[in-house]
Amino acid sequence: MFAYCSDPQVLDGLAWLSCYLTTGKHMAIYWAVGTVLLLLAITGPAALLFGFGGAVAARSPVAPLSWLGRGYIAIVRGVPDIAFFLFFVIALDQGLEYLRHLALCPDWDQPVRQGSDFLVCPQAKLPLSSAPQWQHEVYGFALAVLTFAIVFGAFAANVLHGAMRAVPRAQIETAEAYGMTPRQTFRRIVVPQMWIYALPGLGNLWMVLVKATPLLFLLGVEDIVYWARELGGTKTPQFTDYPHGDWRMWYFLALLVFYLGLTRVSEIGLERLMIRLSRGQATLGGAAQGGVR
Amino acid sequence: MKLVLATAALALAAGAATAQDVIRMGTEGAYPPYNFIDDSGEVAGFERELGDELCARAGLTCEWVTTDWDSIIPNLVSGNYDTIIAGMSITDEREEVIDFTQDYYPPTESAYVAASEEVDVLSGVVSAQTATIQAGHVAESGAALLEFATPEETVAAVRDGEADAVFADYDYLLPLVEASGGELMFVGERVPLGGGVGMGLRESDAALRDQFDAAITSMKEDGTLNALLVEWFGEQVGTY
Repeated sequence: MFAYCSDPQVLDGLAWLSCYLTTGKHMAIYWAVGTVLLLLAITGPAALLFGFGGAVAARSPVAPLSWLGRGYIAIVRGVPDIAFFLFFVIALDQGLEYLRHLALCPDWDQPVRQGSDFLVCPQAKLPLSSAPQWQHEVYGFALAVLTFAIVFGAFAANVLHGAMRAVPRAQIETAEAYGMTPRQTFRRIVVPQMWIYALPGLGNLWMVLVKATPLLFLLGVEDIVYWARELGGTKTPQFTDYPHGDWRMWYFLALLVFYLGLTRVSEIGLERLMIRLSRGQATLGGAAQGGVR
Repeated sequence: MKLVLATAALALAAGAATAQDVIRMGTEGAYPPYNFIDDSGEVAGFERELGDELCARAGLTCEWVTTDWDSIIPNLVSGNYDTIIAGMSITDEREEVIDFTQDYYPPTESAYVAASEEVDVLSGVVSAQTATIQAGHVAESGAALLEFATPEETVAAVRDGEADAVFADYDYLLPLVEASGGELMFVGERVPLGGGVGMGLRESDAALRDQFDAAITSMKEDGTLNALLVEWFGEQVGTY
């Protein structure tokens, strides 16, 4: 990176460290930090969307829709995250490839399963094996986002379902008295008022999601935990310009500080959101702000 | 769902653009000198140079992918990459699930490394990497087996005193012992294990295996493979 880094052996102290921390390999861990933040930025709203859909389906008067919503919540909430992650990603990947296989290669006559091999025609592979590496990584990342969103969406659905039922009955009766249809009541009264009841639960979920991001490693995405382990391991002088002993402790300490910082920022953000949402609500927090007279 | 569709669209678009076959080479990237990630973040080592040469001779375009050792065979058979080139010894158990090319590294010797000379490797606690021939050997030897997911952790366990000794490929341990400044040393006898190191392929990929087999044969015949072995493993290495 820097001009003086061409011969690290003669460097020491800060100069050595500045070269060491800017090797191509270290750039990978900085990228991985970005990956984690991006995952959170996409998964948060996506899980909320899944949760909202699940909650709306669960309270639907249409029985099959309600079963679907309740089934989704019950099944995904009841399965250990890790088991779900390991199973779902493989199943989803092979399922997608199989569907593409049926659509793209109708003339294929060999079985898809040959012994332990899972074989679809080359055109059906996802991504194609001729695709550049970044597409494979984007695909893996997208699978991870989807899996996280489904898992955390189930918990969010449960929280939102409860929050919708916590909106004071009097509010809904008043809406009915004004002649609003159930749909209007839901949109104008229930949804705007439920957030204050949902926020503590959603806030908890967010914190758990932040801390669950190292599970990315299970999904084959080379995340910060992978790189911390790889970079921290003992390096012998034959294979690197920057030999060092077992530094995993320092790398994991850095991870610890990173996650602590991230959750602290989240806590501050959630607290502000709580104050904002309490305004004008018939709750203790809302009354304290003078919102209800 | 949107994400899935977007990804599918992306993959379809890419399929139209490039039709040329790319062989994806799966490796671990944590097993120097066979394969490791160098300072610039690229896959490097003996197998990187060998694999690139084999691909050139077979007229293939190759792409390197790293994966965990634990899942290196499952990922091959489910088609996430096309070959395993990761210092994997040819064994009967593995032959049942995947196919191997001929060996490009003669049958290897494994060795014990400990922090003191007095360690009894047949009754103490010995660390080895999960799902390796070494782990299998330790389990049968009478010593208590301590398994780790990466080779690095097996050696770290000896440094921490968690294990009395580590059992791994001699070539993997040698640079570590040399660099440890007397902290680590070889103990006990070296043990020949496995049928040499070869490339792993899906059983249904016979044509690709023949291509790589032919390329390995040609490298053995003109001596380039021997030169590569000596370059990475030193003069004492077994050659063809």
